[in-house]
Amino acid sequence: MTGFVVRRIGQMALALLGVSVIVFALIHFVPGDPVRTALGTRFDPDVYEALVRRHGLDRPLVIQYFSWLGSALQGDLGVSFRSGQPVTGLVLERLPATLTLAGAALAVALVVGVPLGVVSAVRSGSKLDYIASAVSQVGVSVPDFWAGIMYILLFSLTLGWLPPSGYVSPLVDFTGWLRHLVLPALAVGLVSGSIIFRFVRSAVLEALNQDYVRMARAKGLSRRAVLFDHVLPNAWIPIVTVVGLQLGFLLGGVVVVEIIFAWPGIGRLAYLAVGDRDFTVLQGSVLYIATMFLVINLVVDLLYAWLDPRVRYD
Amino acid sequence: MTEPAAETTVGVVAHRSRLRTTAETVLRNRLAVFGLVILVLLVLVALAAPLIAPYTINEVDVANRLQGPSSQHWFGTDELGRDVFSRVIIASRVSLQVGFVSVGIALGLGVPVGLIAGYYGGRIDSILMRLMDILFSIPAIVLAIAILAALGPDIVNAMIAIGVVYTPIFARITRGSVLTLRDAVFVQAARSIGASDLRIIGNHVFPNVIAPIIVQTSLSLAFAILAEAALSFLGLGVQPPNPAWGRMLSEGRAFFQQAPWMAIFPGLAIFATVFAFNALGDGLRDALDPQQRSIIESRGRS
Repeated sequence: MTGFVVRRIGQMALALLGVSVIVFALIHFVPGDPVRTALGTRFDPDVYEALVRRHGLDRPLVIQYFSWLGSALQGDLGVSFRSGQPVTGLVLERLPATLTLAGAALAVALVVGVPLGVVSAVRSGSKLDYIASAVSQVGVSVPDFWAGIMYILLFSLTLGWLPPSGYVSPLVDFTGWLRHLVLPALAVGLVSGSIIFRFVRSAVLEALNQDYVRMARAKGLSRRAVLFDHVLPNAWIPIVTVVGLQLGFLLGGVVVVEIIFAWPGIGRLAYLAVGDRDFTVLQGSVLYIATMFLVINLVVDLLYAWLDPRVRYD
Repeated sequence: MTEPAAETTVGVVAHRSRLRTTAETVLRNRLAVFGLVILVLLVLVALAAPLIAPYTINEVDVANRLQGPSSQHWFGTDELGRDVFSRVIIASRVSLQVGFVSVGIALGLGVPVGLIAGYYGGRIDSILMRLMDILFSIPAIVLAIAILAALGPDIVNAMIAIGVVYTPIFARITRGSVLTLRDAVFVQAARSIGASDLRIIGNHVFPNVIAPIIVQTSLSLAFAILAEAALSFLGLGVQPPNPAWGRMLSEGRAFFQQAPWMAIFPGLAIFATVFAFNALGDGLRDALDPQQRSIIESRGRS
């Protein structure tokens, strides 16, 4: 297991290095001059000179990359082109909001997807299975941002049950925070929940049809015992994989949904940075989102290896 | 994964009958047929859109702004009095176009990478697949946003961004299938009679890995259309005054309470298109992937 962990961490470090190249290159893909583009109509030769020097944009690319990487490794992602504030601070301020939304959405997805998937598979062909499968087919095809808008229309503007957007710190007003969290978490979570449902259902169905299940039934074990002792332990492995894959999708959904609900997370920060052409803030946001994604995937892979010893020796 | 190796030695007859079996299985799946019907309708509507649309997309009629659905305006009118129905059907053209072109880019980049990585293995494989892993380690929509922020918001750039984002999926799927074939008897036979690598890959390997690629294409079209909608929604895709479903949704948000139809109908259009590609993709997978098919058949037994 230790070998696997070390190898997997090495792979993650390599991927992160690759991501850093892409993120660094971003600023250099900008047609023309990123600083000039960022300044736009507020162009001032003195500010321009200062920004170019501050970001070292007058040095050779390779040197720029390594100096940027060196600083990034120490937590310094430069300063915002627009406000002059340190990027790391801006991103870290918004990290908890993004993590809570992602966590809440994942909770929604798991609570909806896993039990329903298991029940649907066990009672496959039943009315419940039919309805749940149809709903999940709809769920995977609904754009999460549209779902968000429809929830606002229904639950906020028509019924007046929940606030349409915004954020309150849980330290100030816990109930208020929870009320603001519900709709965005549902918007992201139900789509992922539909995908998880489909995988859980087919994983459990597949496990149900294995010879060892037939054997266990033939031995006279109850359906319940077979399900909990034989079927589910074997179905967990594909389920963990799909939950891991879903997290990337979920993080992407969070980014867009944050914008609709004015949720002060990293996604919204990145979006505003695009509008402001604030490339350093965009770099920082993308780097943090990718890092989160890689770390989550690492955890999922390790969990996977722990659940299924075969993976470790692959 | 499919295991087409067994079928390949039988030749053309088997190939044709396999095509027929696939088509029959897909056509037996009611949901897949439903998806196919929606898609055919959508493509017809997109092709004939300028003829069907009762109004032109930018026909401003301020006196009739924010009108609800009626016999004149089936989907109502927007804040400038433009007909939402006309805009929704004209926008189908751009959505499908972005979907097809971007998935075409992803196929064109990803399949060759997967073929080469899987066929040659070793160092080439490691390098190519690590590169794909890197692209895969940024959530798709975030990577697309970043690419568009750098290249500038534009429809062609959106196609490039979405295409790049979905390249790794095709590379992985192709590679996975090629790995199961690399040492197959017919590949070794071709090698032993001195066929070039290009010929072996093109004539022997590729035709046998096409099934999972077809399935992934249909599912990716659904994702690509969702991604285009999200990017247009964020103002990074199609630029005004041209209509795009995502863009219409975001414009509709400002008039939410007065004119909910502005956000409802473009959203329904996105949903219907994505649903159709997903349903067809699922049907194709059931038909082309024996393992999945056995799961479907097992429904009767359990």
